[in-house]
Formats: sequence, structure tokens, C-alpha cells
Amino acid sequence: MLYQNYIRVLYIDLNSKKIRFEHREDLCEYIGGSGVSSKLFSELVKYGADPLAPEQPVVFAIGPMSTIFPVCTKAVCSFFSPQTGEYGESHAGGRLAMAIRLANTDAIVITGRAESPVYITIKPDDIIFHDAEALWDLKVSESGQYMRAMAGAPGNRSIIRIGPAGANLVPTACINVDTYRHFGRLGAGAVFGSKNLKGLVICGEKDFTIKNPAEYNKIYSEIYDKATKTTLMAKYHELGTPKNVLPLNKINALPAYNLKKSNYEFAEKISGEAFAEEVLQRKVSCSGCPIGCVHVGGLRKLFDAGYEYESNGVSYDHELVFSLGSQLGIKNTTGVLNLINETEEVGLDAISCGVILGFMTEALERGDISVSETLVDLKFGDIDRYLEAIRHIAVPPNGFYRDIGRGLFNFTAKKGGGAYQYALQLGGLEISGYFTGPAHLIGGMTGIRHSHLDNAGYSIDQKLLKDAANLSAKTIAEKIVAEEVVRSVYTSLVICLFAREVYDLETVCRALSTIDIKKTPEELNAVSSKILRNKLDIRAKMGFDLKNYPLASRYFETPSPYGLIKKEFTDEIIGHYKELIGRI
Amino acid sequence: MTRKLTSPAMSKCILCYSCMLACARVNYRSHSVTRCALKIRTAGGMSGKYAADICRSCERPTCAYVCPTGAMAAKDGGGARLIKSKCIGCQKCVEACKINYLQFDDELKLPLMCTHCGICVKFCPHGCIKISEPKDGNGGEI
Repeated sequence: MLYQNYIRVLYIDLNSKKIRFEHREDLCEYIGGSGVSSKLFSELVKYGADPLAPEQPVVFAIGPMSTIFPVCTKAVCSFFSPQTGEYGESHAGGRLAMAIRLANTDAIVITGRAESPVYITIKPDDIIFHDAEALWDLKVSESGQYMRAMAGAPGNRSIIRIGPAGANLVPTACINVDTYRHFGRLGAGAVFGSKNLKGLVICGEKDFTIKNPAEYNKIYSEIYDKATKTTLMAKYHELGTPKNVLPLNKINALPAYNLKKSNYEFAEKISGEAFAEEVLQRKVSCSGCPIGCVHVGGLRKLFDAGYEYESNGVSYDHELVFSLGSQLGIKNTTGVLNLINETEEVGLDAISCGVILGFMTEALERGDISVSETLVDLKFGDIDRYLEAIRHIAVPPNGFYRDIGRGLFNFTAKKGGGAYQYALQLGGLEISGYFTGPAHLIGGMTGIRHSHLDNAGYSIDQKLLKDAANLSAKTIAEKIVAEEVVRSVYTSLVICLFAREVYDLETVCRALSTIDIKKTPEELNAVSSKILRNKLDIRAKMGFDLKNYPLASRYFETPSPYGLIKKEFTDEIIGHYKELIGRI
Repeated sequence: MTRKLTSPAMSKCILCYSCMLACARVNYRSHSVTRCALKIRTAGGMSGKYAADICRSCERPTCAYVCPTGAMAAKDGGGARLIKSKCIGCQKCVEACKINYLQFDDELKLPLMCTHCGICVKFCPHGCIKISEPKDGNGGEI
């Protein structure tokens, strides 16, 4: 809690619909965000029980800098992932962090299962359990409309909710945050579904008086200027992350057609430039961020003869341009937006969804699965068939879709694993939109949430590329581990990782000192290691073992910027990684 | 001519709240966007239009006319300024605001009246809101 020596935790028990607050002084050493959420999670998780068992906790947390410093905009969600069966952590922006702060809370812990569907309004002075039976299987946008209208809490509120996929306990379901953001990966949506929890409305008006105005205003302005008047974050506002599409494609690092290729012949048709020129409608920010990286495209669809059109704003970024674009052979911006829109509405993780569809398409081509299972004869580039399959993943009509919705690792494991050497997962989670080289592969496999953002392996690959001839497995492992450690502090503060270069640790310490948190960069590094260690211990107790996640042979058959990646080299990196991570 | 806040380019707004945070920070020594003298709001969620509730410096400032103590004083050229020491917290100014802009802070016991200081404009990354500057001979905007 700002200017206090405790973290204010709201505990909500859905079984009894009772709540309590605790002021936890002991949590301050975990800073906030992912440090606090993972610690709270570790206190309550039932290791032996099913991830979707009612007693499992789902935890949200913000950090000491949330909203009150530029670009500190994320909230963290920790949960037992029903997709990987290990530690689940996801980060989302929007208005959620600000709303949690205004609701006079630092962290929210939800356990139990409501008797019938509910959504909850959280205010500083009240918690309301609303009947959500009528909303339960509604799509994400419609649910949001009802919750906005019925919650009766206008103002600076955040509305998070699940769609049909979460209601159906699909382990790749996401939680939508304020329409354009998500707790996307690892199945937090199914965790909400398992609790009969449709969503949360969070709002409040809690005021926090600035204690050191002169120092605070000075550093705020300095950071604001660095974020808005230098080139450090310009790319995120201009074209947004899809700016990566063409440069990645140029170096053979853009996965296409289920990574049968790493160079997409239609990349220019779905590049950041193409999106901006053809469909970009507006840019939006998370609350407290002056950048505006959320790019919203206009989707205009003919739905009937007589010039009957519908239109919708759909947010897009690089990951989705990959997963629902190049991965599926989609050749135009409208097609990509169409698929994103459907995935958004049913409430699926858009990265996993696209990667799963690409796998299904190739499996059908090979005859490894049949149309009697998929019900749709998927073809690369065929948008209408993909739209139908997305709906089936969210609302499974048969056992095949029930299985594939659990993610590719679970699906292929059930079918014997080894036969599907083209299932694109790393550490049990579908890949993100890079095929930059070995650091990305091992970074994804080892990362604490198997996200490309855990340790930025994709960036390590690109930086090392200029000296590719002298590539060292040990150097790669060192860089992966070092980045994973330092990022633990950023995700605890919780600074958007896009602003990493704006917030060097010295700047972070100066900012913290104005809100009465005295830390040195060395102390932050030490805390960072402790937070990461806690998460590594959690997943070790859940049985996570790297040897259970061998890399598919597809990764060694398609050229990367380094040419063909050698399996022996990745084994060598893993060896070094194990040694280094053991010292954390 | 008095300084006057306007919102000529809200279609460029990215909903970052930097303006509200700046006002809260500088004028109310607050970290909270709920304690500031302007409000950026959505109509229909984040996918709808974004609007700015700001003091429009009415030529005939009803907020000042109804004030029983003279705390809300009409300014030459339009608008009003709040003299905090005279305010008794009756909220008649809030009720009289023609566009429901003016909000009352229950804790401060004061209306959150814009001073047209322009700090919000300084922190708007896209020039969505502007303020007329009397020192500019052309009556231009900063």
C-alpha cells in the first residue's frame, strides 16, 4: 500500500461469499505485482489437486508504482494453469491496475466456487456478488455491455470477464480485460469458469496524497519526457508491435504455415505498415501510459445481400498477426482481423488458438487426423473454415475439440507425443511469433510462464546474430538467465516491459525513493532473484521437469536466421541453463 | 482575455489519463485521477467515443451567479475562479453547472474547479486539449 508498510490483500471466498482484508507487512519484501501474486499463490495452492479444483486460488496484484508513474500499467494474475499443469502467470494492462489502486487494494485473492454463476463488483467500501446466470455463456463484448450497464459503478472502473471458452472450462481460455487487453496465456479463463465466476468490476475513488511533491513531480516529468520525447518507445506508438513483421520476415524469423516456413511470401500484405494504411482506426493506451501502443483496426463485414454491413473495432499486435495470420496462411489484414475478432468474442488465448489451428491444418494435410474429428476441412488461407473451428474450440462439440482445446502438448501427449513432431509448443505452451534462433526456443521452454517476454530470447538471438559464427551456448544460457532475473523485478513493480529502456534500475530507485521506498539497484537485483526462486520452487513442486518437454523436430528442420538450428546445440544451452538457474 | 481550456481534438485521445494525473499531481497533490479538475471519460466502454469534461469558461458563469458567498467569482471574459477560503461547501455551483462538469470533493469539501493553469495540456501527448494563452498576441493556443 502506498506510503504504508504493508500490502493490503482482499480475500474473497466464493463458497461462502464472504470477504476479508489483511494488511501483510511480510509481503513488502516481494515488492508487488508478480512477486506478491506468486507468493500469495504459493501460500494457498493445493499442489496435489486439479488446477480447476474449487479450492485453488487465483490472485491479482499491482505494484507500488502502478498508475502513479508513466507506463506502470500492468496487473499480474497468478493461478494454477489448467493448460500446462504448472505455475500460471499472466499480465494485463487496460484500466485494471488503476482500478485496483482506486479500490484501495494491492492484491486480490479469490478461492472457492460460487454455487451458481456470479460476477463481483469490488469497491473500496463494498463487495457485491451479482447473479451472472443470464450472462454465463455470452460472448465477451455482450458480457461487457451488460456488466457496464448493470454494475452501477460508473467512473474509472475496469471490467474483466470470460467468454464461452472460459465458461466451458477450455484450458486455453483467456480473461478479457477492458475489451482490448487480456490475461491471455495459460488458461486463466478456465480458472474463472471453474469458480462459476464470470468476471469482476473494479472501481473506486481512493485518494493518495503525494508525500514528496517536489521530488516526485521532478522524476515523473523526467520519465514522462523520456517515454514520449525520445525514440525509446516510438515504435510502440507508430506501427505498434506489428512493425516487427517485415524485419523478422527478412531474416527468416517469421513462422508461417505451422513453421513449415520461416519466411512468409505474403508478409507485406499483413505487415504493420499494411495494417496501418488499410485498417488502423485508433490507438489506445492503458491508464497512466502516454504511449498508446494498443492499435485498433476497423473490421467491416458484409453479412447479407443489399449492402448489409457490420463493423467492429479489433485490437491487433504482432503476436496475433503471426498466430492468426502467417501461421494460417492468411493473406490480408481484414482476414486477420476477422479471425482475431472471433477469437476475442469466444474468449480464447489468440496465440494458442492460432497455433492450434495451424497444427490441425497440417495434421489434416498429413492424414494424422481426420475431418470426422475436426468437423471442418481446414485449409491454409481459408478464413471461413477457421472461423468455424474457433467456435468449436471454445464450445467443444466432440472429444477431439475437448482435447485440442487443452493445448498441443496435452493433445499430442494423449496421442503418443512423438508422432507429432510438428506441434509447436515450448514448455507446454504454444509458440509466439518468432523463430529467431536457439535463445527463443530455450527461453520459451524454460521461462517461468513460457512467454517470449520472460527472458526475451527473441531479442538475444537478434543481438547475437551479427557474430553468429562465434555463437556460444554458455553465453546464450547466461543471457537468458540474467534477463529472466532482472525482469522479475520489473514485473513486480509492475512496469510495462515495453518501457524497460526508460526505466533503468537507477531511475527505478530514484522513483521509488519519492514514494518512500528506499532501494539500491543491488537490493532490487537480490529481491528479483528471490522472487524468481519462489516461482521456480512452485513449479518444481508441481512436477515441472525440462526433460518432459523435448523440442519438436520441426524446430530443427526449418531454417532460422542462423540456418538450421542443431539439436545438440540446444541441449548444450539447456545444460548450462540448468547449472545457472540452480544458483538462483 | 482569460486563459481558456478547450478540447478541439478528442478524436486523437488515447485514453492515457496523463492530463488527469497531471492535474491531480500539481493542483491537488494527489496520486488519484478521481481528484482533479477535468475528466476524460468513455461513452460505451473503451471501444466507444472518448469525451473531455472540462470547464468551458461560460460567458455567463452560472456557477458564480448562484454562489452565496462569492467563493466562485466570475472572471472578466468568462468563466469563474474559486476562492477556497470563502467556500462553505453548499454545492450550489455544482448543481448550477450547465454541462454537469463541476464535481464536488466530499473529503476536501470543495468543488474541483479548473484554474485553467494548463498543466493538463502540457502532459497531453497528442494535443487533444488546448489552452488559449493571453500572452500570445494572436490569442493563439499552446
